Amino acid sequence: MKKQQIVEKSMAGLFFLCACVSIVAVLLICYFMFANGIPAMKEIGFGNFLLGTTWAPKNEPASFGILPMIVGSVCVTLGAIVIGVPIGILTAVFLSRFCPKSLHGVLEPMVQLMAGIPSILYGFFGMVVLVPLLRNIPGCAGVSLLAAAVLLGIMILPTIINLSESAIRAVPDSYYEGALALGATHERAVFYAVLPAAKSGILAAIVLGIGRAIGETMAVIMVAGNQAILPRSLFKGVRTMTANIVLEMGYATGIHREALIATGVVLFVFILIINLTFSVIKKRGESA
Amino acid sequence: MNEPTTAMGYRRNVLDSREHVARRTPSKTPSGRAQALGLRGAVYAAAGLTFFVLLFLIGYILVRGIPYLTPSLFEWKYTSDNCSMMPAIVTTLKMTGLSLLIAIPISVFTAVYLVEYAKRGNRLVGLIRLTTETLSGIPSIVYGLFGLLFFVTQLGWGMSLAAGALTLAIMILPLIMRSTEEALLAVPDLYREASFGLGAGKLRTTFRIVLPSAMPGILAGIILAVGRVVGETAALMYTAGTATDAASGLLSSGRTLAVHMYCLSSEGLHTNQAYATAVVLLLIVLVMNTISALVARKLTKS
Repeated sequence: MKKQQIVEKSMAGLFFLCACVSIVAVLLICYFMFANGIPAMKEIGFGNFLLGTTWAPKNEPASFGILPMIVGSVCVTLGAIVIGVPIGILTAVFLSRFCPKSLHGVLEPMVQLMAGIPSILYGFFGMVVLVPLLRNIPGCAGVSLLAAAVLLGIMILPTIINLSESAIRAVPDSYYEGALALGATHERAVFYAVLPAAKSGILAAIVLGIGRAIGETMAVIMVAGNQAILPRSLFKGVRTMTANIVLEMGYATGIHREALIATGVVLFVFILIINLTFSVIKKRGESA
Repeated sequence: MNEPTTAMGYRRNVLDSREHVARRTPSKTPSGRAQALGLRGAVYAAAGLTFFVLLFLIGYILVRGIPYLTPSLFEWKYTSDNCSMMPAIVTTLKMTGLSLLIAIPISVFTAVYLVEYAKRGNRLVGLIRLTTETLSGIPSIVYGLFGLLFFVTQLGWGMSLAAGALTLAIMILPLIMRSTEEALLAVPDLYREASFGLGAGKLRTTFRIVLPSAMPGILAGIILAVGRVVGETAALMYTAGTATDAASGLLSSGRTLAVHMYCLSSEGLHTNQAYATAVVLLLIVLVMNTISALVARKLTKS
């Protein structure tokens, strides 16, 4: 009896320890990112680093301004939202309110598959299909802001579809039935009664989509062109923060390397803000 | 008895006839009809576009890549002539096994703690939920940087299988944890009570009763995690490195299939081999997803 109690207690302790691993992991990640990135930012100067428009780590004296990359990330993400959100929400509406049950059984796993396809495959697809296609537009270099935005728009579709669909499904049927009883058509009932009721869930989906888009790395590198200058037009190349890290980390040393880690810190802060927004929206949606 | 009398029965009846009702009430005004038509058209077009893009992507890679799947791509030794992906496949298997070995016990035990052991209103539970949510939102490049700073540099392991596997283990932690938690919550309390009633302790109940009945859900999560590991690139480039030989030991560097594919396609010299590698990668992901969907379907049926 005694021995069994010891085993019970120690296993309970083990479960507890495992539960703490995720907390420790987050703390470690925060500590190592900030401890390595902040000193470099100080050395370069916060203003020069965040607002400087020249990224020239090999120049004498070197210049480490990451504003082009911040603007690049924001532009690419905005483009992805403009393309991905309407299509994603409409597809979610289709899956939840227009699609026959038998078809839904086929399409649902396809959305999951879309979420499971690795970003390197999306990137490769963008490189061999999308980029040559865009090159047909006069004045477009192919590898461009537009290519990255379209590709990311496709990649965030499963995130938007999944979350929007469950938000739409969570709306009580009485909303839909009430609208029908008032003489609305099926389409009108869905778009004017059900969708507004699912607003907070859909907003959460969009925020999560933004997080996915801004953190995406490999696919963007392969189609964005990666010039470290402020993007001038949709058809010109652009470099994101993520691309900046992966492209130069391989050979960077000294302050250059630290500046790249600091770029990671800026990205990390962006992500933390987006995550926080997401959980606030989700919590508000749950309490409402 | 033919007429449904309960509220539930009535409700079901209404739901069944939903489509029917919708078709029978067309709008009275032309503008209303036009609006309905427009909205319906937009919905169908968007859904059509989404699934067309997916099928086109899969079809394009398969059609262009399968002709290049030659035996020389599967030779044991990598040379710059044959661009064999066999070493990368071996490394991928090792990497997947190792990261699962680390992540599964931790994430399953965390879920057990949250569902079976933690008391109601426990502050720590909220904190754990918050941190796992944070972990699942962190992009893979940040994991890669962290792995580089902590495992590779701070602990001095260098670019190695171990550093890559640990980085990935942290990354897939929330994935397995969440599906395990959901599966545990779906186990009816009746099972636990019956087990306690027969005199089993908490631990015995957890391992003999609760976990076995939650197995399909846990498995589905693990399979998704495998898909994630196999497809990961950004987190591995600077933790496991890009050595072309298969990683022999824990502290030796090696590239997984996804990293191998990035190297091939960014060099731009071996486009055909990149296509072939894409096919293999895509097939692995397809198989993993199918198995996961089948397992999950079994779960919802039972």
